[in-house]
Amino acid sequence: MRAAVIVFPGSNCDRDVMVALQQSMGRAPHMVWHRETGMPEVDLIVVPGGFSYGDYLRSGAMAAHSPIMKEVVRRANAGVAVLGICNGFQILTEAGLLPGVLMRNAGLKFICRDVGLRVETADSLFTRPYRKGQVVRFPIAHNDGNYFADEATLKRLEDGDRIAFRYASSDGKTDAAANPNGSLRNIAGILNERRNVLGLMPHPERLADPELGGTDGRPMFDGLVKAFAA
Amino acid sequence: MTEITPKVIKDHGLSDAEYQTILRILGREPNLTELGIFSVMWSEHCSYKSSKKWLKTLPTKAPWVICGPGENAGIIDIGDGQACIFKMESHNHPSYIEPYQGATTGVGGILRDIFTMGARPVANLNALHFGAPDHPKTRHLVSGVVAGIAGYGNCMGIPTVGGECDFHPSYNGNILVNAMTVGVADTAKIFYSAATGAGNPLVYVGSKTGRDGIHGATMASAEFNEDSEEKRPTVQVGDPFTEKLVLEACLELMQTDCIIAIQDMGAAGLTCSTFEMASNGGVGVELNLDKVPQRETGMTPYEMMLSESQERMLMVLRPGTEETARRIFEKWELEFSVCGVLTDTGRMVLTKDGKVVGDLPIDPLAKASPEYDRPWTPSPKAPYVAVEDVKAPNDLGQVLKTLVGSPTIASKRWIWEQYDHMVMGDTVQRPGGDAAVVRVHGTRKGLAMTSDCTPRYCQADPFEGGKQAVAEAWRNITASGGLPLAITDCMNFGNPEKPKIMGQFVGCIRGMSEACLALEFPVVSGNVSFYNETQGEGIQPTPSIGGVGVLKDVASMATVAFRTAGQGIVLVGETRGHLGSSLYLRTVEGREEGAPPPVDLAAERRNGDFVRDLIANGLVKTCHDLADGGLGVALAEMCMAGGIGATVYGHDGGLPLHAWLFGEDQARYLVAVDNPEAMVAEAVRAGVPAAIIGVTGGDCLTVGESLSIPVAELRGIHEGWLPKLMA
Repeated sequence: MRAAVIVFPGSNCDRDVMVALQQSMGRAPHMVWHRETGMPEVDLIVVPGGFSYGDYLRSGAMAAHSPIMKEVVRRANAGVAVLGICNGFQILTEAGLLPGVLMRNAGLKFICRDVGLRVETADSLFTRPYRKGQVVRFPIAHNDGNYFADEATLKRLEDGDRIAFRYASSDGKTDAAANPNGSLRNIAGILNERRNVLGLMPHPERLADPELGGTDGRPMFDGLVKAFAA
Repeated sequence: MTEITPKVIKDHGLSDAEYQTILRILGREPNLTELGIFSVMWSEHCSYKSSKKWLKTLPTKAPWVICGPGENAGIIDIGDGQACIFKMESHNHPSYIEPYQGATTGVGGILRDIFTMGARPVANLNALHFGAPDHPKTRHLVSGVVAGIAGYGNCMGIPTVGGECDFHPSYNGNILVNAMTVGVADTAKIFYSAATGAGNPLVYVGSKTGRDGIHGATMASAEFNEDSEEKRPTVQVGDPFTEKLVLEACLELMQTDCIIAIQDMGAAGLTCSTFEMASNGGVGVELNLDKVPQRETGMTPYEMMLSESQERMLMVLRPGTEETARRIFEKWELEFSVCGVLTDTGRMVLTKDGKVVGDLPIDPLAKASPEYDRPWTPSPKAPYVAVEDVKAPNDLGQVLKTLVGSPTIASKRWIWEQYDHMVMGDTVQRPGGDAAVVRVHGTRKGLAMTSDCTPRYCQADPFEGGKQAVAEAWRNITASGGLPLAITDCMNFGNPEKPKIMGQFVGCIRGMSEACLALEFPVVSGNVSFYNETQGEGIQPTPSIGGVGVLKDVASMATVAFRTAGQGIVLVGETRGHLGSSLYLRTVEGREEGAPPPVDLAAERRNGDFVRDLIANGLVKTCHDLADGGLGVALAEMCMAGGIGATVYGHDGGLPLHAWLFGEDQARYLVAVDNPEAMVAEAVRAGVPAAIIGVTGGDCLTVGESLSIPVAELRGIHEGWLPKLMA
């Protein structure tokens, strides 16, 4: 697999995702500065977490207008896999690659902790290594993870099997108690219609190493490598 | 021009004697800009004039110390060509006035101190002391300070991994916000502040200079206000996004060989940084104020020199490298301005609009600052409280519940879940344990870090309290499996002009010194914050100790959690049931009295070295040091962390059970091991007191016939207190 990680001013999970990719790929991804207008041919583009432009206007709003994003959108529309994690998810919604918005957490505070996620579909490049209904543990670390979309959009997402992850208890209940940030219908991650773009608030790259407390995130990266090895 | 009247001098916080020294140094009257420069350079904050005499007595050397106090931060060798650079600093007064911005800029300042020296910051910690939980300002302050720390560290992408938070009425009017940053650098790529080479360019990078924080150190005079109506005595405002860019740009530039010297602009901004760089390198400076990037129009030299705008750095570059450096800063969209040149005159010459607006000799200002031997009176010794003087409680179970839900012990999860403690992907021990452990990126090594102080001990006996603070930091690192290497100290006290307060300071320093020597745990950096007083009442003396240690391999790390049922629980160290100044006495009996537990440093060393070896050899995975609340609280914490109960057999000594369970004797650890008999035999051989006191397992913490509480219930109480307070 060939991969690229986009780096914006204020990105701060770029190195973390690079380490996770390298672990699965056996070589380093390209790190692409946001001012670039092109990048090498790759199979996967990662838009990493952080505080691009300080999140000062609205999370992801300014980064969505960086020069490189035109190229990311073009590649995504051409079918290249794009993974947006945390701030990356916010950027992808601002760039119009994914529907809905990420609002301020319902509790109005930054939250950093492990959460349970129920895998809602195994039908994507990103989630194929998991079983539908499986509960995994990924960390979250965000101020603005409260997913919102109008009813019609939510219905389209659900009807199209495009919800990738929902916040859930360890026994798979997706109730209010398992919802850390107020996201509608406990939505933690969604796919685009073509299923080649995934945006999610939790950080799979943060639990891909047993010394950090778990490896539930690793299959996502291993699975991508396997998919593109064929 | 403002006339330099006695009132102007007084309003700048300068004494008559200090002003006479200024006249002698200059051979003339200073102008207002020059007076302002003297006042901040000689302020307590910048000159350490009350504390210097005593700080000099602290042990600062060890074979692994690369750089002790005096630079931006302390540096220790952690092997393999790597250095750990760290420091703790206070931001108490601004955080009380404006908690979010005060705390945020405290974090920003300490981060700059670390990356200025070439280190990438890898962890933040903080020591917070608030007033009584039911004081009307407390909730507002907790919420603002925590959000401010989170706001800066999270955006920068530096994990905030540990610290401490406590509550006591003595902080009602003076909260403490002490921020610590730990960074890692290559020993071959460390940068210092000494400016050298006449003719070399002086470069300003980062944010523009505004009028914020000008009166941080000194108050404006009436005359002064008439001269310039735009003076805003504000707390500085932090911009973590800009600092993230400054960090990346500086580290990128540090990969080249452009930089001769570099210094951040912290307290007293441009003044302190230029004088310190020039004085450390023995050069002069010509500073062209027209070249200082300005956020506002019409700024005077006085304002520019005294501004405390954040996220600014000053560098001396090798001549001819300016364009290389400029390209890096422009890539990161930051200000870059060659604003001066080094000279061999030994003078600081300030120009603006082609005119000289200030001309001062550097060394007399920077090195001949006043040094006071403030009068001090030794603190009276608190009387010893005998075990018999503390009556047994009716219900030991209730006592334990009260303690685990008390402000001191209660879980601080509500705080640390607001901090991104995992970013950078190396946090191998998350908050909540004895020490936080962060893997040194790309290696097997770990840095164990902690922040400790027990102010009620320091209040009762500054000497023993100072010793204990250092010993507890050493013990916490040991309990995680780390070899403790060095500390940074953040000394928070009342008004040093009062002999009683100065006596507390001297006592703490002496106690700390003794512990640092005995434990080979030198001080490599630090900060002093005096005048933490409101209406004549000082805070409890609070020397916050930030400790750093190293694990050779993070695989051998220990945590406080019980891991499996059926392990033997061994208590290491001697238990005498010391209840004076204990949390038990304060919380259960409402008595804040008694001599604190004495620290036997030889026993501390012997017991700690023994436990650390067991951890390093893979024999112990569960270890917890005994501190506030003694054995009972430590047991509860180990049960709660692991979700596993324990049965404790009781004890065979002559102590009443409440003294055995809640006494705060020092130099003790609890460990859980598969083969406790072998471990105790090993301890006997090493001359270390050790006793098997129980076994892990079940859903309850049970102590003999006296107490049995479900772990889930303890956890509910422990986790519930702070969210309820803040709800």
